[in-house]
Amino acid sequence: MSTHIGKDFTPPCVPGKVTGEIKYAEDYKAEGMVFARLLTSPMPSGRVVNIDATAALRMDGVIGIFTADDLPPVAPPANPALASDYITYVGQPILAVAATSEEIAETALDRIRIDFERRDFVVDPLESLSPNGPDAYPEGNALVRTQEEGPEGSPIVGAQIKSIKWPQSAIDALRAGQEPVGAEFTNEWAFGDIEAGFAEAAAIIEEPFVTMGYPHHSLEARTCMAYWENGKCYFHGSSQSQSANNAGLARMLNIPLEDLVFINEATGGGFGSKIGPYPYMAITGNFSRVLNRPVQLRITREQEFYIGSARSGMQGWIKTGVKEDGKVSAVDLVIVNDGGMTGGGSGNSSAQHVTVAYQPENMRFRHISVYTNTTPRGAQRGPGQNEMAAVLAPMTDKLAEAIGMDRVEFRKRNVLDSDGFQGGSQGPVTSAFVREALDQGARAFNWAERSSQPKDLGGSKRRGLGVGLGYHGAGGRGYDGLLRIGTDGRLYIHSGVGNLGTYSYAATCRAAAEALQIPWERCEIVRGRSDRYLPHSSGQGGSNTIFTHTRTNWVAAQDAIMKMKEIAAMDFGGTAADYEIGGERVFKTADNSQGLTYAEAARRAMELGSKFSGEQYPDDINPLTQIAVQGMAGSGLVGVAKDNIPGVGQPPGNVIGFMEIELDIDTGKYEIVDYASVADCGTVVHPKNFENAMRGGAVWGVGLSGLEKHVYDPQNGLPANTGLYQCKPPTNMDVPVDTIAQGVNIPDPQNPTGGRGIGEPTQGAAAAALSSALRDALGGHLFNTAPVTTDMIIDHLAGNSYSSGAGTLKTNTF
Amino acid sequence: MPSHDVMPNMELYQPVQVEDALAIADRLAERGWLVGGGQDTYGWLKDRAKTADALIDLSAIESLRGIRETADGIEIGALTTLTEVATSDLIRGGYSLLADAASVVASPQIRNIGTLGGNVSQDVRCWYYRRGLSCYRAGGNLCYADTPQGMNREHALFDQSRCVAAGASDTAPALVALDASMVIQNLNGERVIDARDFFVGPANDIENTTVLRPGDILTSVRIPSTWANAEFYWEKVADRNVWDFSLVNVAAAFKTTGGQIEDSRIVVGAVQTTPRRLTDVENAIRGNSRNADTAEAVKELCTTGARTLAHNGFKVPLMQNLVKRAIVA
Repeated sequence: MSTHIGKDFTPPCVPGKVTGEIKYAEDYKAEGMVFARLLTSPMPSGRVVNIDATAALRMDGVIGIFTADDLPPVAPPANPALASDYITYVGQPILAVAATSEEIAETALDRIRIDFERRDFVVDPLESLSPNGPDAYPEGNALVRTQEEGPEGSPIVGAQIKSIKWPQSAIDALRAGQEPVGAEFTNEWAFGDIEAGFAEAAAIIEEPFVTMGYPHHSLEARTCMAYWENGKCYFHGSSQSQSANNAGLARMLNIPLEDLVFINEATGGGFGSKIGPYPYMAITGNFSRVLNRPVQLRITREQEFYIGSARSGMQGWIKTGVKEDGKVSAVDLVIVNDGGMTGGGSGNSSAQHVTVAYQPENMRFRHISVYTNTTPRGAQRGPGQNEMAAVLAPMTDKLAEAIGMDRVEFRKRNVLDSDGFQGGSQGPVTSAFVREALDQGARAFNWAERSSQPKDLGGSKRRGLGVGLGYHGAGGRGYDGLLRIGTDGRLYIHSGVGNLGTYSYAATCRAAAEALQIPWERCEIVRGRSDRYLPHSSGQGGSNTIFTHTRTNWVAAQDAIMKMKEIAAMDFGGTAADYEIGGERVFKTADNSQGLTYAEAARRAMELGSKFSGEQYPDDINPLTQIAVQGMAGSGLVGVAKDNIPGVGQPPGNVIGFMEIELDIDTGKYEIVDYASVADCGTVVHPKNFENAMRGGAVWGVGLSGLEKHVYDPQNGLPANTGLYQCKPPTNMDVPVDTIAQGVNIPDPQNPTGGRGIGEPTQGAAAAALSSALRDALGGHLFNTAPVTTDMIIDHLAGNSYSSGAGTLKTNTF
Repeated sequence: MPSHDVMPNMELYQPVQVEDALAIADRLAERGWLVGGGQDTYGWLKDRAKTADALIDLSAIESLRGIRETADGIEIGALTTLTEVATSDLIRGGYSLLADAASVVASPQIRNIGTLGGNVSQDVRCWYYRRGLSCYRAGGNLCYADTPQGMNREHALFDQSRCVAAGASDTAPALVALDASMVIQNLNGERVIDARDFFVGPANDIENTTVLRPGDILTSVRIPSTWANAEFYWEKVADRNVWDFSLVNVAAAFKTTGGQIEDSRIVVGAVQTTPRRLTDVENAIRGNSRNADTAEAVKELCTTGARTLAHNGFKVPLMQNLVKRAIVA
């Protein structure tokens, strides 16, 4: 009987968030702090020829400027903190000015004169791939892998930018929704024999698709503040992760790990854009060192649009064959990613989604990610998977209908199960119960009953029902757990997990409390700043934290339990195997009067020293954990271990979403009447937070499929919608108040708590369900875009051509 | 490109009497900037896309607030918030068209601060222009939006004259439909202008969206009883259900006798810089019933003269559909 896992609790940071007492990076001030602001590029491509800051530096209150010359050079295509020789997008930071007030800093920015040299630019990857099309970098438009022979014949795998051009016929074909024959790709894989697969198909569909990139809009912009004391850098940042930042940030500041104190108690959203240290952290830390004053580099809302990362867009083509029995026999998939200036396309993950959704018997994938002179791209909630889910769902419906199969049954026929595979390498999963989620969701949503109801609701209203799958890998292995039982008998769980707003930092600590059978009131999570002796932990991305760190905390607890048993055996005879725990005591199984309280065990550990109190520790723990253990050694009974729990396969996070909409064919507007979702994420570790994740992800899914997109003017390389109101993330008025969120709740066999992550697929399921419902409401019409916006729906209904789908295939467009 | 988000250094005047405000506005002329709720102003100033030497904050002038009955209708102070307009019993009682329009402006927070005067005086939302580019409206000599590759989904269908920006106000079409008039004061006295003439398009004045000039203050809006308790129809279509500008909106008022339309006002917003009153449609439906046949008969007429840009073609059927719904409802 679980005492902690699967039970609601209040994470310790919640009261502070409600009252406003908790501090974010921007809330911290230090004596003598100066305010730094960024000057950014007005042009999409070029280089800085000269900077004249004379007038700015002459102003009262201006302390200094900081440019790319003050940082180590960064070769393209790396995303530099400050650009000089390679300006690659409008809004790219070029320099920072520090002053005694924000007002002075902003005024100083206006007095700086920069001479630029312009270069050609491109915002559409297909335009760049066209013969004689512009490249985003002078060196080219795509990253290709290189392999050279090393000194002793060992291969050195590297990468370089290359200019790749397709024949015009391939460009024309893709834009027309056909296979781009003769095109060059940078990533290809296949399994089986797709020609044979198509040969045995009873139905084949071929569709183009476009998904648009859009920014993360982290509500907390990535403002940082840093100061130096006695050679140590104290750095207040806004990150999804805690310990995972340290090594990279220390490198940026050119200091050893132990000289960095990274402080980050709470984070206002990251969504994949703040998993590790971001380049602009280098400005704050190094500028502070140069000025020998605390520096706050505040990032404005508009700058967060530019530098805060974005989902990559994609243009593609997919051909799918299905056999008479409903099994997908072959998939041929082509994806061209718009990778922005960082080239970060997620095509491989999009293809992975297809493998999970269809488990195709044969598949080929061809991919290229193209640099464009648009904002940096990176991971965003289910990168690749979720946008693919949005366009794949209506196509899946079309396939099901082509062979006369119910849409839910079709998905059950094809989707991943525990013996299935994911990705091009056809790797295994730890377990998967998506069919159970489909069944449970269909019951909760009354799919069968709703499906039998009329589509025409009278007047201009049409009903649409949709079903969708969200999927993402959801767990990692091999990180460290660290905890301490104090002489007060309390459990101090040291967590290097970030507080990105999901509260998984707290939920994962419950695994240690569960293992040690200690009430939550007697536990304390030690976290938030790296000088609190925090272990090596994963980055908080990829929906991994629940799986990854329930395991680390579990193994650390097991280590503590074993040490207590060993101590008890020393004091009361026998071996550790003769002892057990319970009631915050370790005692002899045969005679529970012979034993120690946890407090007594902690005192004995301090007397005994060595491994018991952390003077010695396992060889296999990470250097960061070693530093942490060294710091806390001698302060109680220390449990520390690397997660070596055996097992293979990727733990998957799966969500099924069901949606009903009412579409108004006069206005192109729809109301989401109902949404029900069921997650296959193993045991639900923290029910309240699970529901929040399911609801929050669904809201953003509506954004992905219905509202949000980059809009770049191709003539000027300018983004149209830099403001939140222009980018249109969904509001509470755009989604239903009540939704259903359930879990299959079948434990994952490779996690002692049974849990897997679920963050990302919550969005993909809702996005897919919405696009599926739109197709249903429109009598089977496929937009093949994400998002499908109001104007597209009206244009379709009016018979107007529109600039997506079967029209011109391009990203970054209306 | 500096990215600003703090207010620039500027003088601040906070008069509490209209007379003082008029004197300050007259003295400062082009150097001054009037602000009510600031929901349009602060974006311009913080972005530095427009600047002024001095801000004249009208928000402390109590006489510019409030809704009162007049001998022939009602008068609404220019500083009356949109929330007050949306919830006023007086307005909801006889002129619900305006209340309905005000109730869907932007978001509740913005309606709590934003004023009726500001809503009708606000500048266009063309993103090129708001970005500070040197377009026609900003005194330059080109339009970035009206090109084959321009990103112009929200832009105008009608009355394009170098500039193709569409008006952003939701209350403006309702006021035109209600035959409202605008009371403008300056040091020389007061003038009252029909709402229909208050708004100006680019053919007449490319740098201003209203007749207001330096030294002028819009002090109130008068609505005559002409259309009190008429049959009203208001609808706004935007991508989002809150915090969004109209893609197209329609404000309509009908007087019917024996089931036949005696007179009407049909005004469409967000299809040109000014509210577009569909006088031809009004004339065409006079004497007919409010039904689908009547609506269908004027479907094409209501968008006659539209010139679509690369991405705003959807506004034609959307406008036709909204006018149809207004007539049929």
